[in-house]
Amino acid sequence: MSNLFKYTLRIADSSLVLGQRMSEWCSKGPTLEEDIALSNIALDLFGQANGFYEYAAELDGSRSKDDLAFKRNEREFFNHQLSEQENGNFGTTTVRNFLHDAFNFLFYTELASSKDEILAALAAKSLKEVKYHLRHSSNWLIRLGDGTNESNLKVQEALDFLWQYTGELFEMDEVDNDMLDNGLGVDNIQLKIKWDELINNTLKKAKLKRPIDGYMATGSRKGIHTEYLGFLLAEMQFLPRAYPDAKW
Amino acid sequence: MLEESFQEQIDAERKIEPKDWMPDDYRKHLIRQMSQHAHSEVIGMQPEGNWITRAPSLRAKMILLAKVQDEAGHGLYLYSATETLGISREELVQQLHEEKAKYSSIFNYPTLSWADMGAIGWLVDGAAIVNQVSLQRTSYGPYSRAMVKICKEESFHQRQGYEIMAEMAKGTAEQKEMAQDALNRFWWPSIMMFGPQDSDSPRTGNAMKWKIKRQTNDELRQSFIDKTVGQAEVIGLTIPDPDLKWNEDRGHYDFGEMNWEEFWSVVNGNGPCNKQRLAHHKKAHDDGEWVRNAAKEYARKQELLLN
Ligand SMILES: [Fe+2]
Ligand SMILES: [Fe+2]
Repeated sequence: MSNLFKYTLRIADSSLVLGQRMSEWCSKGPTLEEDIALSNIALDLFGQANGFYEYAAELDGSRSKDDLAFKRNEREFFNHQLSEQENGNFGTTTVRNFLHDAFNFLFYTELASSKDEILAALAAKSLKEVKYHLRHSSNWLIRLGDGTNESNLKVQEALDFLWQYTGELFEMDEVDNDMLDNGLGVDNIQLKIKWDELINNTLKKAKLKRPIDGYMATGSRKGIHTEYLGFLLAEMQFLPRAYPDAKW
Repeated sequence: MLEESFQEQIDAERKIEPKDWMPDDYRKHLIRQMSQHAHSEVIGMQPEGNWITRAPSLRAKMILLAKVQDEAGHGLYLYSATETLGISREELVQQLHEEKAKYSSIFNYPTLSWADMGAIGWLVDGAAIVNQVSLQRTSYGPYSRAMVKICKEESFHQRQGYEIMAEMAKGTAEQKEMAQDALNRFWWPSIMMFGPQDSDSPRTGNAMKWKIKRQTNDELRQSFIDKTVGQAEVIGLTIPDPDLKWNEDRGHYDFGEMNWEEFWSVVNGNGPCNKQRLAHHKKAHDDGEWVRNAAKEYARKQELLLN
């Protein structure tokens, strides 16, 4: 497996898994307008996943994009652990997405100038959508953080819990380093500085306290996940697994 | 006098607009019908929402989610149109929760396999189109315009649903069985979507005179059946009605007796999913309360800062 393939697959996995989480909101939003907005984000993420899987399948040569999405097990998924975290309440979802959107925004901004033309094009297309996602999650974070006491407590609690999944976003392993050395990938460590700035600014506006770095989860690049991912995949993959000969 | 010129306007096919004078009963009838329509779009998100996380391909996932999202949009559009009659969305939702307002009974049936996504798009959206095409000519302007806008998307949904059915009907034996089973379960509830037979429909009288309704339940049902029979044949599925046959003299299909006992029982709250659908909607509404409150409070604080 080439590093380019692995790199592309990781991006696709995070988009798909977060999209799957967002699609769980359908018919459960706090208002009808927001229900539609949450579905929009899910649709963007599925569209991004679709693009990156298509490219990964092409690089793989033997599996289709749907094989990659529906026929791999937990240990073969490489999405960030942050993306698989449960929706919780609307505040939990807002915080999870905000942390992820801020990363994605910076990541795609860099990836858009990758020497790999397809990766660059996919990143540029995703970037347009992620800008909107970041605006959406930031605005809600500020509204909830600076809304009522109850809403402030809820998002602060979510932030304190989810913080442990942010360390992983900035890790570099041999795939990342190789991609970076060849001008194809992103220097995640460099992203951290801008991410901190973005996060700190928004948290300030939202009247929220930045958690102190403590235990940081790690492992998704090696297919290590939280216990939630298995259930997410079992549900998502059930039909193609149960009827392997069927076309839908 | 007012009543006379109102009726003249209707007879001349000029739309009634929100600021025009209208009889109280006309307004009441519209609020009931339009809010029922809006609630149906929104409650209708649930049976299909049940399969979004299990859609079998990336493409299927996106199509289904976009479809359900469209239905939310229809709900929003219809709530706004109903609000032009002087009632708020909050009040309408409250009526739904207090079971004073109804929604289409078709959504009280469970979705048990992926083929149900096909059956719902093909039959339920298909039946909705027949009804809504007719309502494009309804006498109330905002309702009529809402229907024009919504119909375009519904026909898209209908085609996508039919495509799922067609794909499954020519798929593996198991898939074909799922498709036939879905048709068996959704056929009768779908043709009952048009409501009671004209002979048992108490409100048809005024609604026709006021041109809120342009065709009767039985006429609409017949036109849906006539256009659907051939579609089932093309993909090799059998409509579960032994009495279904072409009547040369009438130029229509004859069809069997509907189970009205079941129909009224589901309308009156005793269907397989009535309690669950309402509970789901209430829970989402209750869970969202702190979010809506926070948004209001934040907006209030911003307002203070500006002044
Ligand atoms: Fe609709
Ligand atoms: Fe529809």
